[in-house]
Amino acid sequence: MLPEGLTTPVTARIKNKRAASPAEAVADVKDGSVVMVGGFGRGGVPEILIDALCDKGVKGLTIISNNTGTHETGIARFLKQGCVKKMICSFPFATESNVFRDLYNAGKVDLEVVPQGSLAERIRAGGAGLGGFLTPTGVGTELAQGKQILTVNGREYVLELPLRADVAIIRARQVDPRGNLTYRMAGRNFNPVMCTAADKVIVEAIEEVELGSLDPEVIITPGLYVTRYVVAGKYSSRV
Amino acid sequence: MNVAALAKVLLTSEQLAKRVALELEDGWLVNVGIGMPTQCLPFVPADRDVQFHSENGIIGMARPPKDLKHADNDLLSAGKGPVTLLQGGSFVHHADSFAISRGGRLDAAILGAYQVAVNGDLANWRLPKARTGSVGGAMDIAVGAKRTFAMMTHVTKDGESKIVNKVSYPMTAQRSVTKIFTDMAVVAVMPEGLVLEEYVEGLTPADVQAATEPKLIIPKTVKPIRF
Repeated sequence: MLPEGLTTPVTARIKNKRAASPAEAVADVKDGSVVMVGGFGRGGVPEILIDALCDKGVKGLTIISNNTGTHETGIARFLKQGCVKKMICSFPFATESNVFRDLYNAGKVDLEVVPQGSLAERIRAGGAGLGGFLTPTGVGTELAQGKQILTVNGREYVLELPLRADVAIIRARQVDPRGNLTYRMAGRNFNPVMCTAADKVIVEAIEEVELGSLDPEVIITPGLYVTRYVVAGKYSSRV
Repeated sequence: MNVAALAKVLLTSEQLAKRVALELEDGWLVNVGIGMPTQCLPFVPADRDVQFHSENGIIGMARPPKDLKHADNDLLSAGKGPVTLLQGGSFVHHADSFAISRGGRLDAAILGAYQVAVNGDLANWRLPKARTGSVGGAMDIAVGAKRTFAMMTHVTKDGESKIVNKVSYPMTAQRSVTKIFTDMAVVAVMPEGLVLEEYVEGLTPADVQAATEPKLIIPKTVKPIRF
């Protein structure tokens, strides 16, 4: 925490970002949205918000996420319910991605495969207001086909373009009333960069803490990025 | 040599993991890919301070929990298996995790492979017949690491050499592999060509050459694999 005498108390009433329920948190997500979903494998996946979106019955989503779900959980729930038009991810076909595999083979979902580091950096670029970036990743491979190649200081780079989304759904460890977030171990993964790259950022946090109780040095996502949140502890996911 | 006789002399995946682990030097930061490479973790000599990087933002990835009741979804390897964190380890988000790779901070990466070419071209992300595949972090890690170690069986199930003149499988990263570790040999990728450094006991360097498509340079210093 800050040294004594260096904290100024809040006097104004700060905007309430806590949604009454997961259903309310996702109520304004429209059909056809581009949705970033945090998580890597089973780690840091916003399962409760996924459940809420499935219950709402949204259709035609483009999902940006590293994986395509684990067995019936995570992104696989979206897929199984027919919510997804297209997946943008790095690792679509893990052993446990049976739901996606079946839909893809049946021609019922589109796929864009992006190298994982380029996926993360495209999201970062989208959040940082950049027009893209040059990466050595993918030079000479089919994943660079159709992309511009530029030579800088004698080395070839692929021009990768930014990714943004209408909505990001995020899994955090702690949240305070400002929406400041911490994460839990490797559950951090894509969550912090996705927070920066979506018009609306909806968070499920394991625990809500009082304003001022998080050490400012350990806050990873400042609340300015967060639109609203639910406290996951109160709701059990179907997982 | 017939298949049954060959099977008896080839390294097991555990023996191969032990050999690769011996290559990791004190003070290195090393990325391990999905599958066979993860097996190397427990075999790093105890007096060498080697830290493992996992693409999902773990610096200091260590062995699985001794008691699996401690396994946690928020602490998994790239292959989604439960792991622990080395004392003094840390976490970063995904964009930073790959900045570590492309930014040249990885002393080595250990990756599985379908094919490696004479010039170090790596093919490891999808089979030629598949419509598409799961690239994961392979491309970013292979281009970024200071050294890329390919860890694989020497030949396919059909007996074809996985070390090739030119990759026929889809490319992962051009000129990236620096050393190849197989169940038959250790082969360095050098500007002058492929140098056979070690061969499995029970075979001769000539046997390894017979199982390998490109011509190997066989120096006088060639020796049996120890692990």
